[in-house]
Amino acid sequence: MSTLILRTVAPFLTALMLLFSVFVLLRGHNEPGGGFIGGLIAASAFAVHGIANGVAAVRRALRFHPMAVSAFGLVLACLAGLLSVVFAVPFMTGLWIEPTVLGVTVPLSSVMLFDTGVYLVVVGAITSVALALEERDGD
Amino acid sequence: MALTFAALCLPFLAALAAPALTRLLGHRAAWPLALVPLAVFLHFLGFGAEIARGEVVTGGYAWVPAYNLSFSWFLDGLSLTFLLLISGIGALVVLYAGGYLRGHPQQGRFFAFLLLFMGAMLGLVAADSFLMLFVYWELTSIASFLLIGFDHGREAARRAALQALVVTGGGGLFLLAGLLILWNVTGLTQFSLLLSFGEEVRASPFYLAMLFLVLGGAFTKSAQFPFHVWLPNAMEAPTPVSAYLHSATMVKAGVYLLMRLSPVMGGTPAWETILPACGGLTLVVGAVLAIRETDLKRMLAQTTVASLGLLVLLTGFGSERAAAAAALYLVAHALFKGALFMLAGILDHETGTRDLTRLGGLAAAMPVTFAATLAAAASMAGLPPFLGFLGKEEVYAALAGGSPRAVVFTAAALAGNGLMVAVALALALKPFLGPRVETPRRPHEAPLLLSLGPALLALAGLAAGLFSGAFHAMLTSPLASAIAGRPETVTAAPVPHAGLPLALSAATLALGLIVYRLLGRARGAADRLVEDIGWGPDRGFDQAMRGLVRVSTAVTRAIQPGRLEVYMTATFAVLALALLVPPAVYGEWPALPLWPAGVPLHELAVMALAVAGVGAVLSARTRLAAILALGIQGFCVAVIFLLFGAPDLAFTQFMVETLSVVILALAMTRLRLEPRDHRPLREALPDAAIAVACGLGVALYLLRIVQGRFDTALTDFFNLYSRTVAHGANVVNVIIVDFRGTDTLGEITVVMVAGLAILSLIRIRKGRGT
Repeated sequence: MSTLILRTVAPFLTALMLLFSVFVLLRGHNEPGGGFIGGLIAASAFAVHGIANGVAAVRRALRFHPMAVSAFGLVLACLAGLLSVVFAVPFMTGLWIEPTVLGVTVPLSSVMLFDTGVYLVVVGAITSVALALEERDGD
Repeated sequence: MALTFAALCLPFLAALAAPALTRLLGHRAAWPLALVPLAVFLHFLGFGAEIARGEVVTGGYAWVPAYNLSFSWFLDGLSLTFLLLISGIGALVVLYAGGYLRGHPQQGRFFAFLLLFMGAMLGLVAADSFLMLFVYWELTSIASFLLIGFDHGREAARRAALQALVVTGGGGLFLLAGLLILWNVTGLTQFSLLLSFGEEVRASPFYLAMLFLVLGGAFTKSAQFPFHVWLPNAMEAPTPVSAYLHSATMVKAGVYLLMRLSPVMGGTPAWETILPACGGLTLVVGAVLAIRETDLKRMLAQTTVASLGLLVLLTGFGSERAAAAAALYLVAHALFKGALFMLAGILDHETGTRDLTRLGGLAAAMPVTFAATLAAAASMAGLPPFLGFLGKEEVYAALAGGSPRAVVFTAAALAGNGLMVAVALALALKPFLGPRVETPRRPHEAPLLLSLGPALLALAGLAAGLFSGAFHAMLTSPLASAIAGRPETVTAAPVPHAGLPLALSAATLALGLIVYRLLGRARGAADRLVEDIGWGPDRGFDQAMRGLVRVSTAVTRAIQPGRLEVYMTATFAVLALALLVPPAVYGEWPALPLWPAGVPLHELAVMALAVAGVGAVLSARTRLAAILALGIQGFCVAVIFLLFGAPDLAFTQFMVETLSVVILALAMTRLRLEPRDHRPLREALPDAAIAVACGLGVALYLLRIVQGRFDTALTDFFNLYSRTVAHGANVVNVIIVDFRGTDTLGEITVVMVAGLAILSLIRIRKGRGT
């Protein structure tokens, strides 16, 4: 499967897919998309990279173990829920702030933080399974 | 209020700090750690005057107001007495543990467990709300499990720990059920309110069910026959644990519960039959078993069983002075038994043995220990002017009477107390008097950390007896009032005065002296009796556990054969049944759908492609081809979603299809399966039938739903509010991350855990390969 063309193109393809996955994650609140789909896209990006250039390359590029990424995502999602404690509202209440940066209003919310957590959990869990399966016994 | 809350939390915090503190200070960490229970003791002592005036103190915080649950406490004579005993004896036990486990590598952990237990026990007796009581109740079981199994290298300790956990933890479940019924019957969740609803509880048709369930909890915790076995076995724990948990505090939790509920549930014929009968039986059995032992700690443990029996007997006896007797005996027992356990530990620690037959003539080497043992044993034997004497007088005053019932129970108390006197004499005299016996270690006096606790407790027993007026006003009268549910005044004094109780006391002493003189023969007789019976609850416990393991092994083997085929077949067969049986039973088959007019060509093409995909799956030669063909079918479904206005769903379906093809293909190559899958027809046919049934079921189900009236309430709600409340235009995403965010949190947790599980499964295979 790892032909020269695929090997050469794969890093660019992976980068593009990752960028796209973040785009999908961020637009999710108003248009089709969201953390779950974004996570799936990113996971397939890593899978492509792994098929083309080997698991070791992906692990190097990721720096962290994908399961750690997943766990971090879960922590992030919990924290997003727990933020509400500070404002004395029930767990998981959506909180919004809309600061203006360079004249542009940027809506930020605990919901977005939560969605990012979902994204990371999905990326981490699926990538670690896919990588473990791709790994040959010799690796 | 904040201070009381802090007092209830402090032991838990101290438990967290204990290991680090012990690393820093060694065994001397006992001194700062003992300040914690001391502070708690002083805090609750401050309520003494208020409680003595007959008032009660309540306080707390709302926890789940919707369910009427609160973290709240209720202080009356009963809970205050227990709080003072737990914190007071707790402080002494912490010091004692500092000396007893000096140099033990796990001493920090021991302190932590001990303080954890203390916190649980304080919470248990202070608790006002049922749920809080239950949580702390089970927490004491867990802490006790950790403490009994502290020496986890030995099998006996592990078994004893497990036995205690199974018996007391299992009993806790009965208690929970009982409390839930109590809640349902009265609509109350707090003891402070429950106390004035006794009539309703006793008149309820569920009274007997409640009673049996509550007794199931109390009798297991307080080691009533036949659940008493765990208590002597728990002597595997280090001695500070025995002195604390298994004499003064935890085993009294059951008695506490009975006393707490006695104004509510007491006074009925069932209550006044079951409690005295079980208590009396336990008293006699415990006393006989105590005579049989030669191990100091096991002897004490068996007399504790007997004393608990006496307390249960008194709590349920229902005579005029029974509450006062129970109150006095409760405090007296906690003081002398705690001291005696610690003294037995000192003997063990300083001589190397705690076998009564191998100790003798130690009075000269250990004068302080001897004096403290004499004082504590005198209280246990009920000699004036010790508190134990007051207790025994009051017990006989409560029990003695002309009715046959009174005669029977007086006789039981006489026999049990007489044997306990013999044990007290044996404990106080045998190791110290007579000719010197060689011991494994050269005996010498115990250090201050060890002797402080028992000496103070023995002195407290003496002081309480001497200054009985102040003691009654402060502690026993409010305690007796709380047990009886009406104001009571305890008057017992250390000066002997002629009367039936005194005569019975004298008879008890005489019986004790006779048995002590004939101790060897009595031991032989008790031994023979137990051997003749041959079977006991201890062996019964082992048999029950073995049976449990055997049954669960058989059940697990039956439902978990470990073959994927069986799991898949079972799952899909059940799915097919779930889809097809209900419409068949209720006759709700969908009407045959009409072929819609004017279907656009591209929709037809997608559907045809999906069908072709299924055909390709079925006719594929190799596994890989089949997996890819399944992908075709999945993509077609995603396109259909897209065409019918569900872009999010389609989007996800595309990704899931892509990834599942990749992962299936990877898994297949890893499993090193044959590229082709040839199966005989008779194996393939049942699977095909299940597959067709599932497909048919889903299709019919969807048709039926579409043909029904569509309720748009939810759609309207989300369309209306997703932009205004949740600031999002994509309703699907808003539902996932906001409206039903907690569900999503659960789901992503599942995703992560599933990922971990798959990862470890792959690792196992890899490990086997290399």
